[in-house]
Amino acid sequence: MDIKDISPDQVVYFSLGPFDLNATIAYTWGVMALIVLVSIIVTNRMTASENMSRWQNFLEIVVDFLRRQIADISGEKPELYMPYIGTLFVFIAVCNLLSVVPGFLPPTASLSTTAALAITVFMAVIIFGVIKRGPLGYLRQYVKPTPMMLPFNIMGEFSRTLALAVRLFGNIMSGVKIVAILLAIAPLVFPVLMNALGLLTGMIQAYIFAVLAMVYIASATRIERERHEKTQTTQGDSDG
Amino acid sequence: MDNIGLIGLASVLAAGLTIGIGAIGPAIGEGRAVAQALSSIAQQPDEANTLTRTLFVGLAMIESTAIYCFVVSMIILFANPFWDFVINQGG
Repeated sequence: MDIKDISPDQVVYFSLGPFDLNATIAYTWGVMALIVLVSIIVTNRMTASENMSRWQNFLEIVVDFLRRQIADISGEKPELYMPYIGTLFVFIAVCNLLSVVPGFLPPTASLSTTAALAITVFMAVIIFGVIKRGPLGYLRQYVKPTPMMLPFNIMGEFSRTLALAVRLFGNIMSGVKIVAILLAIAPLVFPVLMNALGLLTGMIQAYIFAVLAMVYIASATRIERERHEKTQTTQGDSDG
Repeated sequence: MDNIGLIGLASVLAAGLTIGIGAIGPAIGEGRAVAQALSSIAQQPDEANTLTRTLFVGLAMIESTAIYCFVVSMIILFANPFWDFVINQGG
């Protein structure tokens, strides 16, 4: 990536008619292949005994961490949300961590990738909300607390999607950009330091993206449960 | 000064001002948030998990304003539409 490019979209390897194979797509495929291969290889030799492999131990830590976070935030069993939130976290984390590999352009440094991920969050909020509360119950939360808030609720829905996309893009792109600028002016030690900082921000951003997605989904599904519990307790009171 | 020089001057100044002024607010906000969270964790170490998670989410929210400023200044510096327009007109 040239110092003048602000996204790996501008690095085109191969062009077929209107379709460009740019660095974002190529490295996304690379990351997908890597995640799938590692998961297949590790889960092939899974064991419940004590002498498990290091990789199995590592994957168990990651999965357990995600399940605990999801259970904490949603207050429910994590099975329903685990595939989606886990995929988001693992994909973004692997992209960001691989950015220390020389020559690797993280796909998350492109606004197209992060916008796509944020749009999946937007859709997931609607889908999980409708699954949990039914279409009418989901739509009803837009006119709460009063119907006057309807335009603001809808605007909030879109602006938080935009914020998710731009936050991840800005953080990762700034890391890549700072390393590129430092390589031009002080190429000896300083780029390594900024790369190490990039590892930290990359992990934090992956965590934040997954947690925010879960928080949004939880806020679309939670109110129903509270009201449900309230009706149950009032019924219990009238019964007693 | 011709148009190219004017636009170059305005772009560089605007990029510097954007990121410089735009970093002040989020920096103050993040400092206050972290200070408050640290004293809360010192008072209630048992709640450290919840506090840390809420702190990270809050920091991400605060930080996004600075990130917007950074993205805008990067666009001004590296993908400036006005600069491209003037260069195309001149060339």
